[in-house]
Amino acid sequence: MDSALIPEGVKRCSFGKFIFWLVIFGAVLLWGIVAMLLCWFKGLNQTNMNDAYGFALWIWADLAVIAVGGGAFFTGLLRYIFGKDELKNIINFAVLIGFICYSSALLILAIDIGQPLRGWFIFWHANVHSMLTEVAFCLSCYFAVLTIEYIPLILENRQIDRVPFFHNLSHNMHGVMAIFAATGAFLSFFHQGSLGGVAGVLFGRPFAFREGVFIWPWTFFLFTWSAAACGPCFTILITWITEKITKKKLVRKNVIMLLAKIAGWMLATYTIAKIIDTWYWATVTAPAAGHNFMDFYSNNPLYGIWILVLEIVICGVIPSIILITKTGRRYSFLLVGAVFLGALGACVNRWVMVLQVMAVPVLTFESWFMYFPSWQEIATTILPVAYGIMLIMISYRYLPIFPQEREIEEEKHASIFV
Amino acid sequence: MKEQHKHTKAKKYGMVIDLDKCTGCGACMAACMAENNVSFKKDESDKLLSITWMRVYKLTNGKKFPEADICYLPRPCMHCEGDHGHAPCVSVCPATATDYSHETGIVSQIYTRCFGCRYCMAACPYHARYFNWWDPVWPDGMEKYLSPNVSPRMRGVVEKCSFCFHRYQLAMDKAYIEGRRELEEDEYQTSCTQACPADAIIFGDLNNPGHAVTQIAKPDHKHGGRPMNPNAFRLLERLGTNPKVYYLSSRRWVRRAGDNYIKDERG
Repeated sequence: MDSALIPEGVKRCSFGKFIFWLVIFGAVLLWGIVAMLLCWFKGLNQTNMNDAYGFALWIWADLAVIAVGGGAFFTGLLRYIFGKDELKNIINFAVLIGFICYSSALLILAIDIGQPLRGWFIFWHANVHSMLTEVAFCLSCYFAVLTIEYIPLILENRQIDRVPFFHNLSHNMHGVMAIFAATGAFLSFFHQGSLGGVAGVLFGRPFAFREGVFIWPWTFFLFTWSAAACGPCFTILITWITEKITKKKLVRKNVIMLLAKIAGWMLATYTIAKIIDTWYWATVTAPAAGHNFMDFYSNNPLYGIWILVLEIVICGVIPSIILITKTGRRYSFLLVGAVFLGALGACVNRWVMVLQVMAVPVLTFESWFMYFPSWQEIATTILPVAYGIMLIMISYRYLPIFPQEREIEEEKHASIFV
Repeated sequence: MKEQHKHTKAKKYGMVIDLDKCTGCGACMAACMAENNVSFKKDESDKLLSITWMRVYKLTNGKKFPEADICYLPRPCMHCEGDHGHAPCVSVCPATATDYSHETGIVSQIYTRCFGCRYCMAACPYHARYFNWWDPVWPDGMEKYLSPNVSPRMRGVVEKCSFCFHRYQLAMDKAYIEGRRELEEDEYQTSCTQACPADAIIFGDLNNPGHAVTQIAKPDHKHGGRPMNPNAFRLLERLGTNPKVYYLSSRRWVRRAGDNYIKDERG
């Protein structure tokens, strides 16, 4: 039915099957939209946030999707600036994932503010001292860059490409993509860092506060570093999931191996930096504020030392070792496990830097604050997941997202024929 | 008037709360709510959802009878000065909806500019900032009793204690009409100060050596306002928030409850 829109030389599932799954995820999306409208029209009383938990699930989701969406800027940097040419075969998908992640983050932010119609005040009345201001500016600009990077992909659709104007536009946009990749990397460095700074500058919150260089706390650099490490991990993970669902090889192994190796070294160096940061904070920064290290990990039903072990050892040290060793990367189950843990590590780190910060009591006569999100919060957090899946489905079906797919398929057919 | 303001001496309004005098009656809380049009709901049992610009905490020394002891601690906004006005909440607000006045030392909140990101709440270690989770709904007829000097807040914005700033404005207006630039100590007092039946709350200008707050707390301005009175302390002093609310207590455990200390550390 829609075969004229499908890229040449590749096979896709039937239109009926495609629509069926689109409807399923569309229903989930609709559920999220209902929750979103409830929050917009009835207010944030629809959530389980409270005056102790001004920041909660949504801020975590924002930070997490931006971290795992970091694959777009880092892969772009490697491809266009550092000349890792093999990565041209995965950059489209990295851009798509980045586009989904950043558009989701902006949507969640729009739901998360108490006066959504005043959202523009952040630009109009900008406070240059606030990390959130830097986040807003860089995030919006980088989303524009991602949109510019995604547009040529749309223009490459078989039917759109027939129009000479769009064909030339797409061609020319590809030609200047290095400029956008460099701009994206520059902007990402700042907004990923500012997101780390959001927690790190909170000198009233000893669990979050970090010293640093000039105006930037160490978390500024750690967040950027972890996004550069975990973003490619997430890109590899989603590529693997897409391959499993489509039952096809979409990206050649050497491309995955290269990206995995770079991600592994980034993750390994990040983990070392994170360990040093944690050690310094635990022995110098927190005690100076009157806190023992274990104050932050005891006397509450959830946050034990396990979460630190999970973040640093299980999601940092272990995947680093797997990804930097050739043997580790060679075995598919180890590679996939490692990239999963790497992406999870960024999510755990963001959780800790948002929700545990809110949970830890600072006044001596208060106790731990616990929180469980309302269904509206959960639905609006799942909304971007459904939206992301739908956009990947549509993009995969109608756009040449994976440049190697056709030749891999042809080789497969040729080998069968032989 | 703006020109005249520039010529007035910078104030640093602050408070001293004598915890040995506080009985925990809650008159300060009630007075604050009435004075500042603080909204409330039918069910106020969840204190994490109620707006209490002034909140009285109950502290215990954790010991059993006969050594058991309690203390009530009223907690308004601390109007932190931080480092040169970089209060924890002020520096983080992305829309400049909260500001530190170097003229009065008061941390303001501009309700019509706040867009409800709640970053300031995350930054405040005292939980002195409150979010309007609901629209303010007053019982029938109560709108007529609202103070015309304080704007009620809308859903979706953050609010907090203003040290009854409208009273400062009214007092300054009166002073200007009378041709004065400076206020007498009793001309500007917060509602909680006036409501306290035990005289536990004292309010005034910490820069004015003649004011009771300065004489009692003896702030050392060269060292971030640290109190020189041995019985005076500030909440979470070592975080560097530099608050302008001082507490007094002759009891060591109460003073120690004001801050965190690592094991075996003396405080």
